[in-house]
Amino acid sequence: MSTPFYVSPEQWYQDKAEYARKGIGRGKPIVALEYDGGVVIMAENRSASLRKISEIYDRIAFGGVGKLDEYENLRKAGVRYADMRGYSFSREDVAGKSLANEYSTVLGSVFTREMKPLEVEILVVEIQAKGSAFYQVRYDGSMTDTTHYASIGGDGDKLLDVIRGGWSAGMSLSDAARLGRRALAGSGNGSSLEDLDERTLEIALLDRTRQGRTFRRIGAEEARGLLSG
Amino acid sequence: MFKGQSYAGDSFYEFLRVDHPDLLPDWRGADWTNAPLIHGTTVLSIVCRDGVLMAGDRLATEGHAVGTRDLEKVFRIDDTCMMAIAGAAGPAIEMVRMFQLELEHFEKLDGQPLRFEGKANRLSFLLRQNLPAAMQGLVVMPIFAGYDYDKGRGRIYKFDITGGRFREADYYSTGSGGKDARASLKKILRHEELGRAEVIEAAVEALLDAADEDRATGGVDVARGIFPTVKIATKDGVEDVGDDELRRVYENILARRGGRE
Repeated sequence: MSTPFYVSPEQWYQDKAEYARKGIGRGKPIVALEYDGGVVIMAENRSASLRKISEIYDRIAFGGVGKLDEYENLRKAGVRYADMRGYSFSREDVAGKSLANEYSTVLGSVFTREMKPLEVEILVVEIQAKGSAFYQVRYDGSMTDTTHYASIGGDGDKLLDVIRGGWSAGMSLSDAARLGRRALAGSGNGSSLEDLDERTLEIALLDRTRQGRTFRRIGAEEARGLLSG
Repeated sequence: MFKGQSYAGDSFYEFLRVDHPDLLPDWRGADWTNAPLIHGTTVLSIVCRDGVLMAGDRLATEGHAVGTRDLEKVFRIDDTCMMAIAGAAGPAIEMVRMFQLELEHFEKLDGQPLRFEGKANRLSFLLRQNLPAAMQGLVVMPIFAGYDYDKGRGRIYKFDITGGRFREADYYSTGSGGKDARASLKKILRHEELGRAEVIEAAVEALLDAADEDRATGGVDVARGIFPTVKIATKDGVEDVGDDELRRVYENILARRGGRE
């Protein structure tokens, strides 16, 4: 007869967290920061078709690091959630906070109930009437929100140190993009500054000058101009 | 992943039908033919040099009475295409909303927009879903038009209640004054050569002709300042033609016709 063995909740949590962190640690980070016309979101990404940054709704963008199939499923669930809310209420009633809460609930419940936690970190970015909101949701469902800028994945402390040192309110898109690039290069497991250019960076905006759907991807040509400006 | 999401495909309509059927309209099981409903009247679409124009008067009827004097019956669907509706306005406007969302939802999930042909097929699909309601009196008659990037020109599709999809090469008009507007547009020789100003004038004139013959078509209501809706889709996007420009066009037509509508 086998004896069931006891695992303390602390041990159990640490094992799972370590497993998830290891998976996420292999991914490249994402950084998002405000500029004078909205928010720019950037990530190192050598694929031309697989995206780390995407549109959720009129004023909400999504970033995911870690396992692609897992954050891709979360992204799609987020689009369905947002479109359904907009359809049943109004487009203005779709809020980043409630979406981030959904992500937190899902990640938290998978972490505690399933064998394998999701190896992802999610960033929800929203531009609001005044300023913007950034919600980071981790593999265990814990959530933080910040203002002005945020990052997920990589070495968050190093990354945010660079941004904190260079960010100022009302900076131009070009300045913000170059600061984001410096931060990604200094994040630990990213490429060097010389390697990060329009071919290796995925850049997208929540652009306040646009009506309705504000999300816009920056193509290679425009990115070259921004990064060299 | 989320609560209430078992459907995993790219269609918003299917998602609601599978997981949230309560959110979809259900008009089955009643006879609507004699119900007091708002009806949209004349809408039209004309191919032109830079793309395609779509226009509609603003009147809606409720039986023999005026339902609304300034109803919008021409809608921008996305950056490339438009939809105009005639028939039962309630279900038609609901269909426009669903169609817009269906295309946006697909684009977001899949990462790229549908082709022009694909969009037209989606509208056929939505019309087929409406067939039971149409048989009971809630007939929706849309025109779908837009700039087709693959072909490099404007294109028009008309539909019937079964979702049947029919290409119109030059122009089309439907609704209560549709036949009269078509008679007016017929006289133009080469629609695909019409410049911006010419095609706008042709559209306004066709609506005036329709309003002259059909009591349910509004034409131009100068006294109230209510002008038709006119939109043009080109490779640069969908443009709204403003009221000031329409007023000048209307005055030109009037002057040419010696003061008579």
